[in-house]
Amino acid sequence: MIYSLCLLLILVGLYGVVASRQTVKIVISLVIMQHGVHLLLLLIGYRSGGSPPIVDPGQVITTFAGLSVDPLPQALVLTSIVIGLGVLALMVALCVRLYERYGTFDVTEIRRLRG
Amino acid sequence: MFDVDIRVLIPLFVALPLAVALLTQLAARERPGLAGLLTNLTMLGLVLMSCLTIGASGLYHLGGWPTPIGIDLRLDSLATLLLLVINIVGLAVALYSVDYMRRYTASSHFYGLFLLMVTGMNGVVLAGDLFNLYVFLEVAAVASYSLVAFGCAHEELEASFKYIVLGSLSSALILIGVALVYGITGTLNMAQMSGRIAETGMNAPLLLAFGLFICGFSFKAALVPFHAWLPDAHPAAPAPVSAMLSGVLIKAIGVYVLARLAFNVFGAGDSELSLLRWLGVLSMIVGGLLAAGQSDIKRLFAYSSISQVGFIILGLGLGTPLGLVGALYHLVNHAMFKSLLFLNAGAVEYATGTRNLYRLGGLNRALPVTGATSLVGSMSIAGIPPFNGFWSKLIIIIACVEAGFYGFAFVAVAISIVTLAYQLKVQRLAFFASLPDSFRDLRREPLLMSLAMILLAAGCIALSFLVLGGLRDPWLIGAAQETLSAGPF
Repeated sequence: MIYSLCLLLILVGLYGVVASRQTVKIVISLVIMQHGVHLLLLLIGYRSGGSPPIVDPGQVITTFAGLSVDPLPQALVLTSIVIGLGVLALMVALCVRLYERYGTFDVTEIRRLRG
Repeated sequence: MFDVDIRVLIPLFVALPLAVALLTQLAARERPGLAGLLTNLTMLGLVLMSCLTIGASGLYHLGGWPTPIGIDLRLDSLATLLLLVINIVGLAVALYSVDYMRRYTASSHFYGLFLLMVTGMNGVVLAGDLFNLYVFLEVAAVASYSLVAFGCAHEELEASFKYIVLGSLSSALILIGVALVYGITGTLNMAQMSGRIAETGMNAPLLLAFGLFICGFSFKAALVPFHAWLPDAHPAAPAPVSAMLSGVLIKAIGVYVLARLAFNVFGAGDSELSLLRWLGVLSMIVGGLLAAGQSDIKRLFAYSSISQVGFIILGLGLGTPLGLVGALYHLVNHAMFKSLLFLNAGAVEYATGTRNLYRLGGLNRALPVTGATSLVGSMSIAGIPPFNGFWSKLIIIIACVEAGFYGFAFVAVAISIVTLAYQLKVQRLAFFASLPDSFRDLRREPLLMSLAMILLAAGCIALSFLVLGGLRDPWLIGAAQETLSAGPF
């Protein structure tokens, strides 16, 4: 159920990238899609009713592994969010520069390259 | 030779360019010329280091953590081959940039980004687990997005925006694939993953993940249905960057990863490989035909890259040892001659200020080094017998026939002829014919630019000797066999 919601989020993002004409909207759609993927990654490591993946002092490592959610996807998502932020900053900077040059955010008017 | 523990060198391939990338920014504040010098020294060091890794293999655990917990960096003969290519082309490009980038403001930023790109590519080649591969891939990709936009003119920004949108889309597909594979196999380490996939065989979710990887990395390698960004992005970048993008980036983060995943991790069967074959053939045909119709010299070379990567992917898709040898050989060759041709195009633009073939002519007299080296590059890529491109294409075509794909072999021959046609077009229009009056008193190309082009041309000629038995066996056959032997690589 929740997996299909993730998929929906990814597809909404994908639709936005394909269908919108504004550069800024394309950027926002990409971010939505990225976060859909992040949620999917988190869900894969999730276990309902699991404890946070922090070892209590004195806890045996095998019982800990049986109780907690998987910490690895969380670390991955954290990394991926940071990468996403870098890409987002670059994309927004490009949008601003494109607006300075072409005077528009409309991708159908930003068409000098062809062939 | 030297008594160095190879395992110490492995993390340095990533750490050294990363550290110097930062250092160039600090050094350039004091002395602007220092950034170029530092970059060149670093690339020279990396080339020496990759020469030391020849014939070695090893595993490095980052921070000393053992395999399932820590991060692995792996070196094998396929990785060595790619490291050599990346760093040798990188050295030539760094040499060339010293003169070429003088025209741009803030050239120290260029060197920083360039080194980050090298970091990312070395990291992709060495990464032992799938998520770090993704991280290094993004490092290389983000650096390349900003390098494409480096000139900040209309076309460059537009091309970069197209590139970044499609690039992020493909990265998202790859990340979904990583998530799926982790969910199914419970590991990210590629060696462990391949073991577990071999146990279960290809089931439906794994097939979906493989499909996502094929889509994602085909974007990065610019195979035909996913190629739309390349003909815009590669010509828009400054010439040294185009050489790096077309010469090595699409191979290090596209073709290499496809080969690694298909053979080492998923152990792809014939039905999955047929997908690669068709992608390859389609890229060969479409790229080749579109290249023939271009008038912009760099755009022509960019389409030609799509076509040549098609040859490589066709060789991979055959899945036979001979096909793989041809693919790897063509990969190395293409890295040499395509980066050489882009540097030639850059030298032409540097001297004349135009890239339009129909406005050029007779440059053999004005720019002798560019003319001579571009002739080597053109003949190599077109597959004229003594040069390296001939041998690798011949091996791919023989492999097609051997595997029973007569149609593909015929297409490969036909597209080789198309390649010859458009390379002759470049030679005739730009370098032969008569020199227009406006170009009478062109200055010769600067020394370092000539040196870089001669280095790559010599590389093209040297690579044709790789077909000889004594050199072929340890290099190509070794890498191909190691790639084909599935299981923990």
